[in-house]
Amino acid sequence: MRHGKYPFILSFLALPVALYAWLVILPFAQAFQISLTDWSGSSNQFEYIGLDNYVNLFKDDRLVLPALRNTGIILVVLPVVTIGLSLFFAFMLNIGGRSRQGRIEGVRGSRFHKVVFFFPQVLSLAIIGILWKQVYAPENFGGLIAGGLRTLGLPAPVNGFLADKRLVLASVIAVLVWSAVGFYLVFFSSAMASIPRELYEAGIVDGAGRFQTFFKITLPLLWESVQTAWIYLSIIALDVFVLVYMMTPGQGGPDGASEVVGGVIWKYAFKHGEQAFASALGVVLFFAALSLAVVSLRVGRRERIEY
Amino acid sequence: MATQTPTKPRTAAAEPAGVPPRPRTEGTVMNVFSHAFLWLWGLMVIVPVVWIVLSSFKSTREIAADPLGLPAAPQWENYVNAWTNGDIGNYFVNTLQVMVFSISGTMLLGAMAAYVLARYEFRGNRLVYFGFAGGMMFPVFLALFPLFKTLDNVSLLNTYTGLVLVYIAYSLPFTVFFLTAFFRTLPSGVAEAALIDGAGHYRLFFQVMLPMAKPGLIAITIFNIIGQWNQFLLPLVLMSDPEDAVISQGLANLAMRQGYEGDPGALFAGTVLAMVPIFLAYLIFQRQIQAGLTAGAIK
Repeated sequence: MRHGKYPFILSFLALPVALYAWLVILPFAQAFQISLTDWSGSSNQFEYIGLDNYVNLFKDDRLVLPALRNTGIILVVLPVVTIGLSLFFAFMLNIGGRSRQGRIEGVRGSRFHKVVFFFPQVLSLAIIGILWKQVYAPENFGGLIAGGLRTLGLPAPVNGFLADKRLVLASVIAVLVWSAVGFYLVFFSSAMASIPRELYEAGIVDGAGRFQTFFKITLPLLWESVQTAWIYLSIIALDVFVLVYMMTPGQGGPDGASEVVGGVIWKYAFKHGEQAFASALGVVLFFAALSLAVVSLRVGRRERIEY
Repeated sequence: MATQTPTKPRTAAAEPAGVPPRPRTEGTVMNVFSHAFLWLWGLMVIVPVVWIVLSSFKSTREIAADPLGLPAAPQWENYVNAWTNGDIGNYFVNTLQVMVFSISGTMLLGAMAAYVLARYEFRGNRLVYFGFAGGMMFPVFLALFPLFKTLDNVSLLNTYTGLVLVYIAYSLPFTVFFLTAFFRTLPSGVAEAALIDGAGHYRLFFQVMLPMAKPGLIAITIFNIIGQWNQFLLPLVLMSDPEDAVISQGLANLAMRQGYEGDPGALFAGTVLAMVPIFLAYLIFQRQIQAGLTAGAIK
C-alpha cells in the first residue's frame, strides 16, 4: 500500500504549491525587500536606503498618520460593536424567548430575522458602497437619512454625512457593522445551538432571569467563538478599503478624515508611484496583523469548559 | 395562539392556583425592548435595499427632489441605460468567464493539496501546511505591487488568465486549511479497504475520498464563489481596461461616471441588476449559504 506514495504526493502538491509560491509567497517576500529601497516602481533604478522609509512613515501627517489613527479606531470599535450586537441578537433569537411551558426557545419570527440580518453578507462591498453612499447623501441629492430628518423637522449635515469630517469615519464604521452583524449572528447561533438545554433549564429553576442566563451561562460557554469572531473582525478592520474607496470624497477624505492604512498603501503604490514607501507601510500592517493574532491567541486563552 | 390553559368552569377561579404566577415585569419590558430592537435592525437592512430598488425606477429629478416618495411613473429606461451604456451585461459575462475557471481551479488544486496534507505523512508536511494556512493572515495590500510586476513580467497583466491564476492562488490558503481539517475527519477504514481492493492512490482520491468529502466541498465552494464574485481589490489593480472589468469593478466605474454624467437612476438600476442574481440565489440556497460561510469561519 505504500507503493507509489511519493510520486503521488509530489504530483498532487506540485501545482498548488508552485502557484502559491509564485503568486503569494514571492510577492510578499519581495515587498519586504522593496521596503528597504527607494524604488519608485516605474524605473529599474533603486538603492538600498535601510530603514529610512519606516522612519519617514511616522513623519507623514498628511496620509499615514491619519490612516494609522483611523484604522486603530476601526480596530477597536468594529469588533466591540459587532460582537455586542450579534451576541445580543443571537441570544434573543435562540434562547431569549420563553414559551408558556417554560421551554427555552427563540423569540417568534427568529427564522425570518436570521434570513434578513444575514443578507448584507452576500452583497458585494461595491454594491453596499453605492447603496449607503446614497443613503448618506446630502438632502439636495436625495439622501435617505437627510430626507427622513427633514420630514421630522430635524437638522441634517448640509453636505451629507460623508463630506463631514466629524461624521465620515463613524458613517463608514456603521456600514461595516451593518454588513457584518448578520454573519456573526448566524455564527454565534450555531455555537449556542450546541449548548445543552438542560443548563438553561437548571438556571431557570434556580430563578435566573435573562440577564443572568446570558452572562452566567451563555457567554462563558461561547468564549471560544467570541475569540474567533474577534480575530476575524480585527483582520477585516485592518483590511478596510473598498467602502472608503467607494463612498468617501477623495477616497479617504474629507481632509484625511477617513484615510485607512489599506487605502494609503494603494494610493502610494498606484497613484503616487512611491513603491518603497507603500511597501514599508504594508510591512507595518503585516506585523500588526501578526501580533494581533498572536496576542489574541495567548491572552484570550481560557480554560476550556467541557460540556 | 392556542394556550395550554385547561378550560375550567369559572367557579374554579376561586380556588388557589397551584403555581403562583411568575413575576412578569422584567420579562415584559425585556420582551418589548428586544422585539423592538430586532425589528428595528430588520428594517435597517430592508429599508435601504427596497429604497434603492424604488429609486432605480425614478427620474433624476425625482431622486433628488423626492427621495422618500414613490416613482410617479416607472422609468424603465434607467435599466436600458444601465444595460447598454453602463455595460452591466458585459461585466456579468466577464465575471462568469473568470469564475468558471477560477472556482474549478481553486477547488481542484485546493482539494488535491489538502488531501495529501491531511492523509499522507511525509517530510515537510507541516511546513507546507503552515505555509498555506499562514497566508490567511497576510494583508493582500502588502503584495499588490510585486504581484502587479510579477504578472507584468510574464505578460499576464490585464488578462483573464492572470486574474484566474491570482484568484486561485489567493483562495488556496483558506480552501486548503478548511479542507485539510475536513479530510482528516473522514474514516480511514474505507480508504484502507479500497487500497486492499487494489485501487491506486489516484482512484482512491477521485472515486472514494472526493465523494465522501462532498459536504465540505460544497461549503467551501459556496464560500469561494461569494468571495470571488465580490472581489474588488485584485481586479482593480490587475485589470486596468474598463472593457474587461468584473462586476464589482464595473459598478464602481459606473458610480464614478455617474458622478459627472449625473444619471443616478442608471447607477441604481445597475446596482439592482447586480443584486438580483445574488438575492435569488440567497433566497433559494440561504440555508446552505449560511452554513457554508459560517462553517468557513469555525476553526
